[in-house]
Amino acid sequence: MNTFFLFVLLTLAVLIGAYLYRVLQGPTIFDRVLGLNGISTKAIILLILIGSVHERVDMFIDISTGYALLNLVGALAVAKYLEQKGLP
Amino acid sequence: MIFSFEIPLLILLLLTAAGAILVKDLMSAILLLGCYSFFLSLVWAWLGAVDVAFVEAVVGAGLATVLFLLTLFGTAPKDSRLRRPPPPMAALIGLPLLGILLLYAAKDLPQFGDPNSPANSHISPTYLEQSFHDTHTPNVVTSVLMDYRSLDTMVETVVIFTAGIACVLLLRRKAS
Repeated sequence: MNTFFLFVLLTLAVLIGAYLYRVLQGPTIFDRVLGLNGISTKAIILLILIGSVHERVDMFIDISTGYALLNLVGALAVAKYLEQKGLP
Repeated sequence: MIFSFEIPLLILLLLTAAGAILVKDLMSAILLLGCYSFFLSLVWAWLGAVDVAFVEAVVGAGLATVLFLLTLFGTAPKDSRLRRPPPPMAALIGLPLLGILLLYAAKDLPQFGDPNSPANSHISPTYLEQSFHDTHTPNVVTSVLMDYRSLDTMVETVVIFTAGIACVLLLRRKAS
């Protein structure tokens, strides 16, 4: 079972790396915001998987729920900023 | 430790940290810093420090991004590109030496989860054995935080309250 988790965790880390390339490289600000949202979807699953490895899923579900809620707030803040100030 | 998943996490952490320093405008630096503290919270979660991971994910990755954006909204002109001077030579030489020194010193730290380390053998057993008898609280962390160190926690709350008041005063809209 741990080997299975190893492969899933490593695959998710590689996928996060693919998103991170777009965040680091992205020519416009929208590429970066979309990349961050993609990273956060992977990361929620990653947190719950780490919880399964440690066999304390209940705690980690709290963390991932809080992160998912606040990540939405962050994306909304970026959208509001761009709406008020215009594109950089 | 079942397998060393820290290594890819630390690689991602270093990549985001370097990106936040090297990127050309403030907005992208803010987004990358949010990403950085999220990876940091993954590292904490992997090491088993659930509370620290929770605080890092909620405050570092969520709230700090919003606060930085509000700061940028209140202060910066429309052009938020960075024009930074090259780093001084003393920093380029001194900081890697400092890092090597810290790594050298880290070899003397006790192993992760070592039951004979001073942190695990000196005061922790006393708390674990007597906290329920002293405070009648089943959670040891809560009893340490809210009972044995209640004055410390109270002053921390005062600090956070003051910071909250300062944020509200700075960020409120002028009634027009």
